Amino acid sequence: MQHLTEIRIAGFGGQGVILSAIVIGKAGCIFEGGYSTMTQSFGPEARGGACSAQVILSDQPVLYPYVTRPDILVVMSQEAYTIFAPQVRENGILVIEQDLVRVDKLPAGVRVYSCPATRLAEDLGKKMVLNIVMVGFFGAVSGVLKPDSLRDAVAASVPEAYRDLNRKAFDKGYEYGIKTLNGEIPAEEPQIEVAALET
Amino acid sequence: MHADPAGVLTGSHFLDGDHACCEGALAAGARFSSGYPITPSTEVVERFASRVPTVGGTFIQMEDELAASITLQGAVWGGAKAFTVTSGPGFSLMMEHIGLAIMTETPCVFVDVQRGGPSTGLPTLPAQGDMMQVRWGSHGDYEIIALCPNSPQECFDLTVTAFNYSEQYRVPVFVMMDEVVGHMTEKVVIPPAEQIEVTPRRYTTIPPGEFLAFEPKDDLVPDMPRTGEGYNVHVTGLTHDNRGYPDMTPAQQDKLVKRLCNKIRQNVDKITLYEADQIEGADVAVVSYGITSRVAQRAIDLARDKGIKVGKFRLITAWPFPEKQIAEIAAKVKAFVVPELNLGQMVREVERAAAGKAVVRHVPHAGGSVHKPEDILQAIMEVAR
Amino acid sequence: MTTIGITPTNPVEPFLRTDRMPHIWCPGCGIGTSVNSFARALTEANMDLKNVAIVSGIGCTGRVAGYMKLDSFHTTHGRAIPFATGLKLANPKLNVVVYSGDGDLFAIGGNHLIHAARRNVDIKVVCVNNLIYAMTGGQTAPTTPGDVVTSTNPYGTYDPSFNLPYLVEAAGAVYVARWTAFHVRQLARAMEEMFTKKGFSFIEVLSPCPTLYQRRNKMGDGLDTMKFYKEKSRIKNGAPTNEVALSKSGEIIVGKFVDRERADYRDLMHDQLEEVLGDQYVEAEACECSI
Repeated sequence: MQHLTEIRIAGFGGQGVILSAIVIGKAGCIFEGGYSTMTQSFGPEARGGACSAQVILSDQPVLYPYVTRPDILVVMSQEAYTIFAPQVRENGILVIEQDLVRVDKLPAGVRVYSCPATRLAEDLGKKMVLNIVMVGFFGAVSGVLKPDSLRDAVAASVPEAYRDLNRKAFDKGYEYGIKTLNGEIPAEEPQIEVAALET
Repeated sequence: MHADPAGVLTGSHFLDGDHACCEGALAAGARFSSGYPITPSTEVVERFASRVPTVGGTFIQMEDELAASITLQGAVWGGAKAFTVTSGPGFSLMMEHIGLAIMTETPCVFVDVQRGGPSTGLPTLPAQGDMMQVRWGSHGDYEIIALCPNSPQECFDLTVTAFNYSEQYRVPVFVMMDEVVGHMTEKVVIPPAEQIEVTPRRYTTIPPGEFLAFEPKDDLVPDMPRTGEGYNVHVTGLTHDNRGYPDMTPAQQDKLVKRLCNKIRQNVDKITLYEADQIEGADVAVVSYGITSRVAQRAIDLARDKGIKVGKFRLITAWPFPEKQIAEIAAKVKAFVVPELNLGQMVREVERAAAGKAVVRHVPHAGGSVHKPEDILQAIMEVAR
Repeated sequence: MTTIGITPTNPVEPFLRTDRMPHIWCPGCGIGTSVNSFARALTEANMDLKNVAIVSGIGCTGRVAGYMKLDSFHTTHGRAIPFATGLKLANPKLNVVVYSGDGDLFAIGGNHLIHAARRNVDIKVVCVNNLIYAMTGGQTAPTTPGDVVTSTNPYGTYDPSFNLPYLVEAAGAVYVARWTAFHVRQLARAMEEMFTKKGFSFIEVLSPCPTLYQRRNKMGDGLDTMKFYKEKSRIKNGAPTNEVALSKSGEIIVGKFVDRERADYRDLMHDQLEEVLGDQYVEAEACECSI
C-alpha cells in the first residue's frame, strides 16, 4: 500500500514559495531515498500574485502528479489562505506565517501551526529567507521528513554564498517549531489551535 | 561510443523535465542550440545557455522559430550536434524546416513541450494536441521519430535516445513532452558518462571526389560528408539524386521519397519503444503516453482493485506507431481505452491498427489539466462489461 | 589551374559543377555575370576553396549554390542567413557566403537579414537584385521601384520600396557596396574585399531580368540594360546610403558605401563569456566532429 503525503505551499510571488517546495521535494527523494514529485502553478500571476507549489512525498513512484486535497498546507499570504485552506484534508495540518495570515473557517480537525517567519528572518538580517524559516518550522511541526534531510536539501538548493544564512534560517524555524510543539511559545503568540468542527 | 564526460552531470538531481531534457541533450553531445523563447519550453534553452559555455558550445537566441529551426541545421552541417526547443505556436512555425531536415537528412532534435491550442491557447497549461502535427505537419510524405517521456527521468533518457536515433537514421527526432512533464520536478539520476551510449555521426571514410553524398547504405541511410574538407557537398531541399543534385523527375521523386520513408519503416522494430504490463489475459488494454500514462496507471490500479483484468500499453515511440504490437493486442482483448489530452489523435492510430478486432474507446480531454483518474476508470469499467 | 596564356577552359569552369550545366538562367540575366565576378574574387583573394561554403535561399539567385563547386547549401525560402549563421558558428574556419536574391533576402527573409546584421555574424551576403520575383513569374518585390509593371501590379507599382544599402547599414553591416552586372571588375574587387572583412558584409548586385522586368516595362533586352546601367550609373564611394535609393529610370549610385570595424558576434560572445566565467569558460572549438 502506497503511503503518500500531499503538501501544498502557497504565498505570493517573490516569497520563495517554489524554492521551499524544491527543498522539501529534494529532501524526500535525494536525501531520504523516497519519491517526490513537485509541480507548480505557472502563469502571469507567478510574478507577484498568488503562487503555489505542490509536493507529493511517497514511498513508491508517484503517478498522479497533482495535489487535490493536501495533507499539509503551508501558507504565507492571506489570498493563498483563502484559495487553498478549504482544500486541506480532514485532520490535516495548516502551517501559517502568522503575521501574514489570519485564520478563519477551516475543514474539520485541521491542526494549525503559526510561525512569525518574517520576524525571525528579519532577526537574521535578511527578510528574504522567510521561506526557509517556514521550511524549518514545517519540518519540526509536521515531522514528515528528517531535519537533517531538510537541512541538507536547503544547503543543496541555494547558492554557496547564501548557504550559511539559509542554514541559520532553517534552524531558526526548526527550533521555533520544536518550541511550539513543546508548548514553550509565550501566550501572546498563541499556537496549536484546533479548529472548530464544521458542520 | 560513450558520452563525453564534459557534458554529463553525473549524480542524483531534483530536476524538472525541461532541465532534465537539457542535461540529456548535453550528455548526448549537443553543443549547439538555437532557440526562441516560448512557454512552457524556455527553461530547456535557458539551462543550455547557462551550461554550454562551461562545456564548449554555443547557444544563440534567434529572432523567431523559423530561424531557430534552420540555424541548428546549419550548425549540424558545420559539425555540431544541435537541437531546438519550442511549444505549439513555435512548433507550427518550424514545420517548413522539419521538412528541410527530412529532405536533406539532417540529424537533429526538436523538443516540443506541448501546451493547449489551437493558436495561443493555454500557454502555461498542458495538452497533447501536437501528436498528429508532428507526424504530418510539414508538407509532403515522410516518416519521423517521436518519443513521449512521462517523467523528468525520461526527459533525460529519451533526449539522449532522440539524438542517437537522429544520428543513426539521419532524421529529425522529436521529444514530445507536455507542460506537466516539462514542469514537474522529480529525482533524475544521470549515470556516469561511460554508461551513456551515444551514437556518433556516421561520417563517411570515402575520400572527396569518390563520395556520393546521398548514396544509401544497407540500412537505406547515407553516410555524411564533413563540411570544409573538400567534399563539395551539395545539400538541397529539392528532390535530388545520390550526388545531391536536383533531379526533379517523377522517377527520382519516387526513389528518394520512398527511401526517406522506408529507412524508418524498414527499421521500425529497432526503433519502437513501449512499455507493456499485464497484457496477457487482459480484457481491456489502456493505451496512453506522456503524462496521461501516469494518470491512466492510477485508473488501471483502481480497476484492478475492482477485479477487472486491465493491461497497460504505454507508447514511448508515438511515431513510428507500434501498429504491430497494437494489432497483436487487439486479437486478445475485448477493448482498448485510449485517454489523451486532445479530442482524438493517437486513438485514430489505435483504431487503424486494431482494425475492428477490438472496441476502441477514446477518453478525450481538451487540455489545460490532466484527466481525472475516475474518468479513465469509468471508461475501463464500461468497456469491460 | 592557371589563367596565364591560352587555356582550353573558361577560367570560371573550375569553380562550377560543370556536370550540372546548362544552368537555368535566361539569356541576358545578370546572375551568371555575378558568378563570374565571384569566381574571379575567389581566385584573386587566394581563398582555400575547401573552406568556402555557399548558402542560398530560393529563387533564381538561390540556384547559385547548386552550380558552385563548393560545399553548397540550397535551403528554404528566405532562410539562407539563419542557416549560414549556424554553419559559421559551429564551424568558424569556414568562409560562409550567402548568395541569394532580393525577394528571398529582403521580403520573406528580411527579419533574418536585419538580425544577422545586428549581431554582426561573420557572413558575406551577395544579393542579386533584379527588382522583381523572377522565378515565380515577375511579381512585385520589396525592391521594385514605383510605377513598374509587374504581374501582381499590372497597372504599375505603388508599394514604396526598400533602399537596401540604407537598410543594411542601419542594421549594422560592416561592409556595404552596390554594383551592377555591368561593373564586373568592380564587383569582383568588392567581393574580394568582402572576404577580408570580419563581420556581416553585404554587396548588392543590380541585375537585369530581361524576361520579366525589362520586357514588361519596355526597357529592352539584356544588352539594353547594360547600356542603361552604363548611362545611369555614377560611382560615388562613401555616398550616404540614405541618398542611394533606386528608381525606375533615375540615376544608379554605385560604389562602396560602408567600410567599418565592429566586433563580430563570435568575438562578442567569447569576450563576454570569458570575462564573466573566467576559468570556467570553455571556448566552443571548431567542431572536430568526433561526436
